[in-house]
Amino acid sequence: MFLKCKDLLGLEHLDEKDLQAILDSVKPFKSLFTRSVKKAPTLIGKTVVILFYEPSTRTRTSFEIAAKRLSADVVNIPVNISSVVKGESLIDTGKTLEAMKADYIIVRHSLAGAPNILARNLNASIINAGDGFHEHPTQGLLDLYTIYEKKKKLEGLKVLLVGDILHSRVAKSNIWALTKMGAQVAVSGPPTLIPAGIEDLGVKVYYNLDEAVKQADVVNILRIQLERQKENLFPSVHEYVELYQLTKEKLKSAKRDVLIMHPGPMNRGIEISSDVADSSNAVINEQVTNGIAVRMAVLYLLNPKRKNESSN
Amino acid sequence: MTKIILNDKQFQDNVNKIAEKIFEDNKNIDDLAIVGIQNKGVFLAKRIISGIAKLANIKESQIPFGTLDITLYRDDLDNFGSQMHIIKDTEIPFDINRKNVVLIDDVLYTGRTVRAALDVLMDFGRPKSIRLAVLIDRGFRELPIEPNYLGIKYKSQKFIKVTCKESDEVDEVTVEL
Repeated sequence: MFLKCKDLLGLEHLDEKDLQAILDSVKPFKSLFTRSVKKAPTLIGKTVVILFYEPSTRTRTSFEIAAKRLSADVVNIPVNISSVVKGESLIDTGKTLEAMKADYIIVRHSLAGAPNILARNLNASIINAGDGFHEHPTQGLLDLYTIYEKKKKLEGLKVLLVGDILHSRVAKSNIWALTKMGAQVAVSGPPTLIPAGIEDLGVKVYYNLDEAVKQADVVNILRIQLERQKENLFPSVHEYVELYQLTKEKLKSAKRDVLIMHPGPMNRGIEISSDVADSSNAVINEQVTNGIAVRMAVLYLLNPKRKNESSN
Repeated sequence: MTKIILNDKQFQDNVNKIAEKIFEDNKNIDDLAIVGIQNKGVFLAKRIISGIAKLANIKESQIPFGTLDITLYRDDLDNFGSQMHIIKDTEIPFDINRKNVVLIDDVLYTGRTVRAALDVLMDFGRPKSIRLAVLIDRGFRELPIEPNYLGIKYKSQKFIKVTCKESDEVDEVTVEL
């Protein structure tokens, strides 16, 4: 199909056609889940290495299941028990994995651009599973697909992202993908958590959540990263809860079929109230299921690029 | 330059012939299921179902029908370069176990598509039998696979093009000269 790159580093550099091609490819993978044999031999004999420099359960497991359902061999490298603690550099780790004939390296790193460094230096396909505050492209894609699946379109939809936009790579990937597909994106949160100049990306900013919620077709709630509370970006968790927690009360003025999303892990009672998280408008669990299908589609679409470039 | 191998009438006559033979072999019509291989095989399968339904004097919807895309099961995905196939639906909306499945495709050539299709079907369960029906047998097999129901044999290493009324304007089979 049309992904012209061997790697998936971010959604910023994909165009509308690429994104549409990915969206169109997801359904056949999702339909595998309903069979008794949930596997296809597409990536048989390929090796997928999952190299995570930051903690994660959901994304790591999702990639692992996606790769296994395509019959690839999967190796997990938790960095805290690997040679990285002995001081090995990122590129050297990558080269070592490539020498072991890794066909795909799925990397999460606290520094923005780390996957790009690997992509430039290795022949393996690199998939960014989250780098710093930069991007989390597969999360962006699965959010995009979930909205597309539920609303049957993206153009003209009003999508609201709530919370810590500044530190959120999920928000950035969402903004890139949604605006390219013609959705109208708005963000809402405390001014200290909204990056300066975000309007330049074609995004509307609301500091008042009630006003923002009214118009939204989709509300995607981001996790408040409690570990950042040290930086004093908002006065107190209590104040955040008062102003920006999505509650049943706040949803009263929203559209009846508003879609409630959260990339997880949720802090129930902080950015989202429990009853909203469990309401029929919430598609949080569907996001998780779609995440596997979307990652399978990405693995499939990047598949052929290695053929003539890789060392075998 | 192209040459017509089957014209509009011959095309449908051959589809009818296949439908008749399948009907003759499957008097126990409840056990029969038809599965078309994307894309042209799906169109042919629908027509064959309609033929069988008429002969058996039942509704078309009484014959279980599925579609199948073999892309994820191909043995040559590494050779595609940047032209990955768009994957079409694989839908087998019935229990495949203990069914006599007839697999339908337009052209049989190397046999590799059918090999992949057999693997897809096996992942859905354990049919009682699987038979193969094709409109054109182009020869030059690379695997030990032969059709049970055949329209015509036309041995050629040149590309054979099948157009159907469902997707194009006419029913026609042509070969490049």
